[in-house]
Amino acid sequence: MNKTDTTSQTPETKTSKENHNESIWQALLVPVLAVVTGLFLGGIVILASGENPINAYGALFTGSFGKPANFIEGISVLFSTGDTAALIKAIYPFTESLVIATPYIFAGLSVALGFRCGLFNIGAEGQFFIGALVSAFVGYSLKGLPMIIHLPIAILAGAAGGALWGMVPGYLKARFGAHEVVNTIMMNWIAFRLSDWLLSGPMKASGFRPVTPNVLASAELPRFFPEPLRFNLGFFIALLVAYFIYWFLFKTTLGFEIRAVGANPDAAKYAGMNIIRNFVLVMALAGALAGLAGSSQVLGVDHWVGQGFSAGYGFDAIAIALLGKSHPAGVVMAALLFGFLRGGATNMQSMAGIPIDIISIIQGLVIVFIAAPGIIRWLYRIRTIKTEETVLTRGWGS
Amino acid sequence: MTNVLELRGITKRFPGVLANDKIDITLREGKILALLGENGAGKTTLMNILYGLYKPDEGSIAVHGKEVEIHGPNDAIAQGIGMVHQHFMLVPVMTVTENVMLGIEPTKNGIFLDKEKVAGRIREISDQYGLDVDPNAYIKDLPVGIQQRVEIIKVLYRQADILILDEPTAVLTPQEVEGLFMIIDTLIKSGKSIIFITHKLKEVLAVADDITVLRLGRVVGSINPKEATTEKLAVMMVGRDVNLVVDKKPAKPTEPVLVVENLYVRDERQNQTVQGVSFEVRKGEVLGVAGVQGNGQTELVYALTGLLPLEDGTIRLLGEPIHRTTPRNILERGVAHIPEDRQRHGLILTFPIHDNMMLCTYYKNPFARGISLQEKTIFSNAEELVGQYDVRTPNIYVNAGTLSGGNQQKVIVAREFSRPIQLLIASQPTRGLDVGSIEYIHQQIIKKRDEGTGVLVVSSELDEILALSDRIAVMYKGQIMGIVDAQTATKEQLGLLMAGIHPSETAQA
Ligand SMILES: Nc1ncnc2c1ncn2[C@@H]1O[C@H](COP(=O)(O)OP(=O)(O)OP(=O)(O)O)[C@@H](O)[C@H]1O
Ligand SMILES: [Mg+2]
Repeated sequence: MNKTDTTSQTPETKTSKENHNESIWQALLVPVLAVVTGLFLGGIVILASGENPINAYGALFTGSFGKPANFIEGISVLFSTGDTAALIKAIYPFTESLVIATPYIFAGLSVALGFRCGLFNIGAEGQFFIGALVSAFVGYSLKGLPMIIHLPIAILAGAAGGALWGMVPGYLKARFGAHEVVNTIMMNWIAFRLSDWLLSGPMKASGFRPVTPNVLASAELPRFFPEPLRFNLGFFIALLVAYFIYWFLFKTTLGFEIRAVGANPDAAKYAGMNIIRNFVLVMALAGALAGLAGSSQVLGVDHWVGQGFSAGYGFDAIAIALLGKSHPAGVVMAALLFGFLRGGATNMQSMAGIPIDIISIIQGLVIVFIAAPGIIRWLYRIRTIKTEETVLTRGWGS
Repeated sequence: MTNVLELRGITKRFPGVLANDKIDITLREGKILALLGENGAGKTTLMNILYGLYKPDEGSIAVHGKEVEIHGPNDAIAQGIGMVHQHFMLVPVMTVTENVMLGIEPTKNGIFLDKEKVAGRIREISDQYGLDVDPNAYIKDLPVGIQQRVEIIKVLYRQADILILDEPTAVLTPQEVEGLFMIIDTLIKSGKSIIFITHKLKEVLAVADDITVLRLGRVVGSINPKEATTEKLAVMMVGRDVNLVVDKKPAKPTEPVLVVENLYVRDERQNQTVQGVSFEVRKGEVLGVAGVQGNGQTELVYALTGLLPLEDGTIRLLGEPIHRTTPRNILERGVAHIPEDRQRHGLILTFPIHDNMMLCTYYKNPFARGISLQEKTIFSNAEELVGQYDVRTPNIYVNAGTLSGGNQQKVIVAREFSRPIQLLIASQPTRGLDVGSIEYIHQQIIKKRDEGTGVLVVSSELDEILALSDRIAVMYKGQIMGIVDAQTATKEQLGLLMAGIHPSETAQA
């Protein structure tokens, strides 16, 4: 065909890289503004409750990152006396936030992976429980193994438990068309009641409390600092897994299929992809990721499982996946944000007397703004530019 | 005579594309302005600006001589401007009434939706303009032609007197086009003014009062339909001579590639829409399937490509049965498919062009090694195809959804033609394409034929069927009325067959 005058089509052609950078900026704009706006409105709520938002956010900051002054002093103590205690104390809040962020990363990735395939995994909470229980069981019952064997087995067992829990709804959807939202919720309840039973009987440690025995030292995720710092290898495993999921989704044929099925199942079918197989695969992987969240929590932080162990990680994960636009890098950033908010919340309560729930309000606001980006666009007069809209789920009927 | 609408100096840039470059157009009251131009010339963009969907970078809009600011569709509607989009914007699971109400829900006592009122008004509009639409029907149950009328009703309900119709005839059967022209006629008689976008030059000559041609985002000229011919218009559009008839040598068919026997298929709603179809396609020939849309052609193609299961019958490709196998298996045996619905099956609009260019072969060498995607090859493949098929795009990294309708089709054609194939199944292969692209794609189809590929072309355009086919099968109500030699076939003969009448029957009658 004549290609003579196509040149005037591109009078201001940008390189693909520039376009790419622009779109990353585009993608970040709304989430960042959502967080800022959420904090701002949270400040108004604090003000309305008769407290000083500046004090409150100051306490939130020192609670989540630590006091910069303490940090500097810690370093000078270290250099003058060689004593690390002060520095370790100074970095405690920061590391603790990372500890909280760790299961958020895993669970957020779980929900995000589901979204990428057009599936809504509300079951991360149940998968988290199962992962934690299986890891705990392997952790305390397999005796006499060296760490190099015991720890990986305990982690993988947790992932496998979560995978099984995720696979069931995946299979039910593939085989009978049963909607995954209903089935993952059902699997949550089974997990909760199952854990109640296990903790009160088969897996109960001796004593009065319904908790499992402590896992053996050979199954613990190594910690980097002395007590009370709980910062452990789990955080870096989470980052590694996030990178793996990124690679898997965007650089492999399997990930390509998953995204295609999520973005346009009719076109995926046309291209010869097996939609049903992808549903099962993704639910199993999502389950494994949520299972890893539980696993890292029990092997790295708590070392035993008790009732109410999860504290809603699996549900917060939905918000994290949304906030992170179902992109692994976004999920990591959103998980860190949640980790810092949660990490600082206790300090805000004790130092500034602001109830912890204010953090939930801020998180809720951020989620609303992410779910309805129109509000943010309108607030800041951002023109809608049709960039890639992540397909979350194809509604309740499909 | 007054001008209802004047666009002056409209300029619109997208990243890397100058979509509109100082465009001036004028719409006279009570007239039809036809807007012509190649795929990607900027027609839809210009109309989206007029309708407030995009903000122009420069330029002004005057309605009834008064300059106006249009910031969104609501402003446009307030100015009496209404738009029927190239790709419909209806909610399939809702009724006609509910779709018309969307966005302007009138209420009873301030709470309850007043559906009866709207339904009544729809009936009035429908009667006034001869639209014949049932307000209570569900959109998903309506043929495309009627869905389009619903779009028109939406516009009229909002009391538009300037109507924008973006490629309204691309998806219509010839009969439906007739119907649409009658509706347009009534609209004009009742004082409406219309901007009409199409690639079908004959239609332009038939209905337009004024013609303006765009190319590469600029106005290249206006012409009076009385002085225009299809050839002249084609030259204005693409800037060179276009050969409107495909020149092809007689076919040299050899052994059969595809043999279909006694095929029965049910559609997604379980209606048996293909009833006992048998035919064969040989290597080196084009079998055209003609017929009014909705007579089973769609389901026939879905069954051949594995997208719908068969109820009964056999399909054999090069002697081997393929009717119990998967779409993947059919693809791997060398079947290429240009699907009828490009946005549903053919493309993933939210994926970049380079991914769409390897949608069916992503897992194979050279696009993948093991499970690892080979981005370099993927990119270079896309660059090559974009150049070869003249896809108008700033680069291969933009999402397929940002391409103009015709360029989306080119991406599909480029992809399907770029792998080794035994059988090409092309459904409405040139729907929405400009004359230059039609010429090119027709040439490519004939080239495939001459290389020994079997070709099945399904089209509701008789001209296209006649231009491409060596033999023509006519479908009516799920059956093949007859297969005729394209050399001797006449439009009249085909027309009768398409209406379900055997020519011999009329002879007797
Ligand atoms: N939202 C968008 N983002 C980026 N580029 C766009 C967007 N919409 C259109 N374009 C570009 O602007 C140009 C004009 O597109 P437009 O849809 O107006 O063409 P058209 O004349 O309607 O073509 P067709 O006949 O194929 O429908 C094309 O090059 C297209 O790629
Ligand atoms: Mg267009």
